[in-house]
Amino acid sequence: MEKNELIAWESRCIQEESPECNSACPLHVDARLFLKEIQKGEWDAAYKVLNKTMPFPGILGRICDHPCEDKCKRGEVGGPIAIGALEKICVERYSGKKRVQPLPRKSQRIAVIGAGLAGVTAALDLLKKGFTISVFVSEDRLGGSLWDLPEELLPREVITEELSVFETLKADIHFGTRLDKALFEQVREEFDAVILDRDALKGIELPLTLDDDGLIAIDPATGATDREGIFAGGGTRFRGAFSPVMETLEGRKPALSVERLMQKVGLGFGRENEGAYPSRLFTSLEGIDPLPRIVPSDSGKGYTEEEALREAQRCIQCECMECVKKCLFMERYKAYPKKYAREIFNNERILLGAAHQYNVFTNSCSACGLCETICPNDFNMAEMCLEARRTMLKQNFMPPSFHEFALDDMAFSNGEPFSLCRHEAGTTESAWLYFPSCQLSGSAPGEVTASYNYLRDKLSGGVGIMLHCCGAPAFWAGRDDLFKEALAEIRASWEKMGKPRVITACPTCQNIFQEHLPEVEPVSLWNVMLESGIPASVCSRGTTGGTVSIVDPCVTRHDQVGQKNIRRILKSLGMEVEELPLSGETPECCGYGGLMYNADPTLARDVVERRTTASDNDYLAYCAMCRDNFAFAGKRVSHLIEHVFPAVEDGDPASRGWISWSERRANRVRVKEMILRALGEKTEGHTEEYEKLKLTMSPDVRKRIDSRRILEEDIRKVIFQAESTGKRMRSRESGAYLAYLQPENVTFWVEYSPDGDGFSVLNAYCHRMKIVGIQQ
Amino acid sequence: MNFSQEAAAWSCASCGGNLELTKVFFSYMKRNFEVDLPACAACGVVLVPESLALGRMAEVERILEDK
Repeated sequence: MEKNELIAWESRCIQEESPECNSACPLHVDARLFLKEIQKGEWDAAYKVLNKTMPFPGILGRICDHPCEDKCKRGEVGGPIAIGALEKICVERYSGKKRVQPLPRKSQRIAVIGAGLAGVTAALDLLKKGFTISVFVSEDRLGGSLWDLPEELLPREVITEELSVFETLKADIHFGTRLDKALFEQVREEFDAVILDRDALKGIELPLTLDDDGLIAIDPATGATDREGIFAGGGTRFRGAFSPVMETLEGRKPALSVERLMQKVGLGFGRENEGAYPSRLFTSLEGIDPLPRIVPSDSGKGYTEEEALREAQRCIQCECMECVKKCLFMERYKAYPKKYAREIFNNERILLGAAHQYNVFTNSCSACGLCETICPNDFNMAEMCLEARRTMLKQNFMPPSFHEFALDDMAFSNGEPFSLCRHEAGTTESAWLYFPSCQLSGSAPGEVTASYNYLRDKLSGGVGIMLHCCGAPAFWAGRDDLFKEALAEIRASWEKMGKPRVITACPTCQNIFQEHLPEVEPVSLWNVMLESGIPASVCSRGTTGGTVSIVDPCVTRHDQVGQKNIRRILKSLGMEVEELPLSGETPECCGYGGLMYNADPTLARDVVERRTTASDNDYLAYCAMCRDNFAFAGKRVSHLIEHVFPAVEDGDPASRGWISWSERRANRVRVKEMILRALGEKTEGHTEEYEKLKLTMSPDVRKRIDSRRILEEDIRKVIFQAESTGKRMRSRESGAYLAYLQPENVTFWVEYSPDGDGFSVLNAYCHRMKIVGIQQ
Repeated sequence: MNFSQEAAAWSCASCGGNLELTKVFFSYMKRNFEVDLPACAACGVVLVPESLALGRMAEVERILEDK
C-alpha cells in the first residue's frame, strides 16, 4: 500500500468524521463529547470541552444561538438535544477562575481596533498564541454590544469575569480611544497587522472598500480586506439577527489569518471546513426509541442538574460503525476500517510484518463484501486485505500456516485423485460442461453424480464433466501464481472440449468464473434447472416439508436473479421460506471465504455460531461450505442439492451432520471413480502402502483431529512409518504407542494401538515448530 | 515446565529403554529454541507432549507468525 492509496482508503471510511452537531457549529465545539461527559456526570470535564474551543465559555455558553441543534440527529427521533440549555447550566455551575498560560512572547505586534465579541475573540486567540496585542476601544470597557444584552441572560459580573483574562495575559488596552481614520493610519504604520471589529466600527469612515451592507468588505474565507495586513470581521447579521457564535467565528477567522501572515504561510490553504459545513458522518437511527426533549420544571431557571442529566442521556452519540456492527471480524479488533487501513499500512511499510496482530488480521477477512454493501462509501475490506496479502507474500513475511492447509486441499483437488475432464459417455463433443466443484463433490458425492445424470438427460449436444478446483483458495491466499495456474488448466481443458458452456453447482466457482474466466459463460445448475424443469421424481414425491431459512452464500449478494431462482425452486419443492435478517444483498460468510478458517479458526467458528442463532428454522444452503460449516456448529442444515437429488430416499438431509476434511477428500475420489466407472474407464494411479492401513476411531477423536486439521492420510503416514521403522514410544500404563512424523512444515503425533488387522487411533495432535535434533 | 512425569510414563519402543529429559532443539520462522524433553538418546526418539504442542508451543508459533 502506497501512501496515496492509504489516504484514499482512509477517506472512504467516515467513522472519524465530525457528527452533525460539531460540523454545524461555526466553532466546532465537540458537543458529542460534551454530552458524553454529562452522561457520565463528569461536569468539570464537560466544561473543559467547551473551554477548549470557546474563547469565553461563560459568555458564549449562556448566549449561543446553537445552530448545532438544528442539525442534531436526535431531532429525527423525538427532538434535538437541548445543547444550548445544557451549555448554560454547565457554565453557570462549573466555570471557575480559568488558569491561562501565556505562551512565550513573540516579537510581532498586532493591533485590534474595536472590542465587541469579534474583536475580543481575535485578541484572545492571538494572545494565547503569544503575540503582543494592543486593543483600541472607544469605551472604558471591553465587550461592546455584549453589555446591551439583558442582565438575566448575561449577568454583568460574568462579562467582567470572563474578560478579565486580558489583564491576566497582560494585553495592552487603550480605553477611551477615538476610533477614526487617524488612529487607523497610525496603527497601520506601527503594527505588523491590524484586525478591525466591524461591529464596533459601524459608521466610522476608513480608507477601505465597503460591501453592499456598508460593512468593510472582506474575503469571507480569511477576513482579509483590500489592504495588505488589514483584516476585519464581525457585525454580520445572520437571518436578520446578531449571532453570537457567528460573531465569535468572525473574530477567530482574521486572527488565524494574521497568525498565518506572521508565519508567512498561505492564508487560504486548508480552511474549507472552517465554519459550519455539511457532515459526512452517517448515523443509523434504526431501533432508536423516539424520546421527547426534557422540559425544565421551572422554565425560568432552566434545567436542574438531574433534568440536564436526563436530557444529555437522550444523546445517541452519533457514529457510523455500520460495517463493524455486522462483521464479527471487524468487531473483534475493536476499531473500524479507517484505523485498519492505517494498521495495514504500518505493518507493510514500517514494521514489515511485526505489527502485533496485524498479520493474522489481514488474513482473517472472509472477503465476503458485506462491508462494501453496507458502507455509505462502499469501503471494501476484502479488496484491501487481499491486496495486503499479496504484499505480505512479496515482502516474504506471510507465515505458511495461514494458508497451507487450504492450498494443500486445492492441490489435492487439482491433482490425480480428483482432477478429470471428459465428454459425456459415447460422445466426442460437448455443448455443455458440468463443473460440480471440489467442495460440493467433497460434501455430497452421490448428489453430484445424480445431478450430472440429470443434466445429461435434459440437455442436448453433449454434457461433459470437469472435476477441478476453481482456484478460489489461491485467490484468497493472495497466491496469484497458483490462481493463474488453476485458471489456465481450466481454460486449456475447456478449449480442448470445444469451448462448451460451463454449468456450475458452487456459487464461488460461478463467481470466480464470472470475474476471471468470463469466456466460459458460466451458468448455475439451478438456473439451468428452472429452464429445463425440476426432476419429475422430486415433484412426484411431493413436499419435502417444513419451513427453512435460506443462508444465501456471501458470493451471491449481487446475484439477485439467482437468489430468486433458488426461492422459486424451493417453492416448487413445497418448502416455505422464512428470510433471515441478513440475506439477499447482505449475507455474511460462513467462515470459509477468504480462508478466515485457516488464519483464525476460532473467529471462523464464532462467526458461524453467531449465525446459527439468527433463526430456529432448519437452514437451507446452496453452497457446500456453508452447509458443512453450519453442520459442524451443530445447526440443522441441508444443501439444496440434497433435496433435488437425494442420495438417500426419504431421508432427513438436515440431520446429516458434520463432515471431516478427510471425508471430503475421500468423497472427491469417489466422485471421480463413479464418473470413470460410468464411462467404462478404470481409475488411474495406484494406492500407496500407507493407504491400505485399516483405521478405526471414535466419533469424538474424529471430530477432535479434524478440528486440528489432521487428515486420516497424515495419521496413516505416521503409523505406517512407526510400524515399519519401529520408531515409536510405548505407554507403560496402557501399552498404546505414540509416534511422530514431520513430512513438511507440520509435525504430526499419533497415539494408537493395534486393533485386529488394523489400528485404533486414540489421539492425534500437531505442531509447526520443527524438531531439529537432540543434544548428544 | 517439567516433563519428568511424561518421561516416566513412556518408554522407547524401539530399544525398550527409558526416556530421559534431554535438550531438544526446535526451529520455527527462522528462530531457534531448546526445551528439556523426554527423549531416547540412543534411538533419537523425542516426546513432545500434547499439552506442550497445543499450549506453549502453539502460543509461541502464533507470536512468531504475528510478532
